[in-house]
Amino acid sequence: MSFEHRALQVAFTAPRSSSFAEFLATAAPAALPSTRMNPDQALQAPHGTTIVALRGDFGAVMAGDRRATMGNVIAQRDIEKVFAADDHSLIGIAGTAGIAVELVRLFQVELEHYEKIEGVSLSLDGKANRLASLLRGNLGLAMQGLSVVPLFAGYDVDRQRGRIFSYDVTGGRYEEHDFYAVGSGSFFARGSLKKLYRPDADADHAIDTALEALYDAADDDSATAGPDMARRIFPIVGIATGEGVRMLDTDEVEARVAPLVARRMTRPNGPYAGMPEGGSGS
Amino acid sequence: MSMPFYVSPEQIIKDKADYARKGIARGRSVIVEEYDQGIVFVAENPSRALHKISEIYDRIAFAAVGKYNEFENLRVAGVRLADMRGYSYDRRDVSGRSLANAYAQTLGTIFTETPKPYEVEIVVAEVGQTSEDDQLYRLTFDGSVADEHGYVAMGGSAEAITLALSTEWREGMTLVEALRLAVDLLGKHGGEGERQLGPGELEVALLERSRPRRTFSRISRARLAELLG
Repeated sequence: MSFEHRALQVAFTAPRSSSFAEFLATAAPAALPSTRMNPDQALQAPHGTTIVALRGDFGAVMAGDRRATMGNVIAQRDIEKVFAADDHSLIGIAGTAGIAVELVRLFQVELEHYEKIEGVSLSLDGKANRLASLLRGNLGLAMQGLSVVPLFAGYDVDRQRGRIFSYDVTGGRYEEHDFYAVGSGSFFARGSLKKLYRPDADADHAIDTALEALYDAADDDSATAGPDMARRIFPIVGIATGEGVRMLDTDEVEARVAPLVARRMTRPNGPYAGMPEGGSGS
Repeated sequence: MSMPFYVSPEQIIKDKADYARKGIARGRSVIVEEYDQGIVFVAENPSRALHKISEIYDRIAFAAVGKYNEFENLRVAGVRLADMRGYSYDRRDVSGRSLANAYAQTLGTIFTETPKPYEVEIVVAEVGQTSEDDQLYRLTFDGSVADEHGYVAMGGSAEAITLALSTEWREGMTLVEALRLAVDLLGKHGGEGERQLGPGELEVALLERSRPRRTFSRISRARLAELLG
């Protein structure tokens, strides 16, 4: 892409659309991931793995492990796959890491661009729909095996509660009720969430539940990393509430992960889910 | 065959400039001032929806006077340019200087090549890491750029306000001091005698040096009432 124009080119002053992606499609199509030439056969590229999200009245929590794999190799052990999309929402990504990170960047600019041009933020549904259409642009690459599956969660300021949206590679958008997980370890994480999730949970409890679920995913899925105590590499955790989005720093996550790992020393499979009667309870 | 009247280029330019100046002079004024923690923008603007002050990028904002549809067009182009640059390079590579250049080229081209010049005057402000790095660019309808220091006034009473600012503005003013000075001057030189402008007639925004990432924020009318005391 060039910035040869000394004056603002026609595209910049053309009748307005508030979408950055649509603007890029006319002004600099090569900058869009969806316009790339598709490779003839599937490439081997780093893949990001498990992301979990939970919602409640407080808002939403999202957490992701730090591993990227390429076949049997660990491509990266400290990749970040959970991001603040804007002031009230979070996005996590599983799938081809390079394309996924680019998609996140485009989505972040898309939301900020809209906000600056229109003077107001998109509604949470609006954001979720924009993400779906950006994802649809990637379908060609997904067919070649370079798929990206995002997870979107945020605090809906109109409805005053957290909401979660999941996607498929074709851009299908589905609202999830309480919790969801994507990526290779998602089946194990979902199983864990199913037993540990509480609808009345506060943010604290939700964060711990997310970390338990990631631990369980790492326990059974080789592409998902558990907490790396030696290198102090812990899951990335973000929380979206009415006050905004906050990403937890390493010390904060460590303070939650260390006791979790200690508990697993005596009970490797994690906490018991309570049974109504005759169950063991935890 | 009839010959068209000859009009000298000097005359054409002068007519266009007079036309643009008249249009701008009809509008209410905007003041941009540096203060100890950043840059404050104060506009006399009773509208809540049609802004004269806007965010362009993390540390860059835009203020304008004149014809709304024309400066709105420039504002959107600026946001697009900044977002595209930040997306293709890095957020730190978006600078007020390059934006001011792009605006200057655009306004210059419009002034010379189209029959009707834009009736606008704009300020591109960038807040630096320290007050020495703050930048204020004032751009006029013909594409000329001035690199200002400390304060800028635009609009109908720009001259009188600039004169007053040259004696009353000083470096290191607090937000409240800078704000009161601006509101005071806008009221004094607004045209119809001396007035006291209330929060309902003002649009105020800040670029705050110490905020992380996006430094632009609008001051709500309630907060403004508090600050003005």
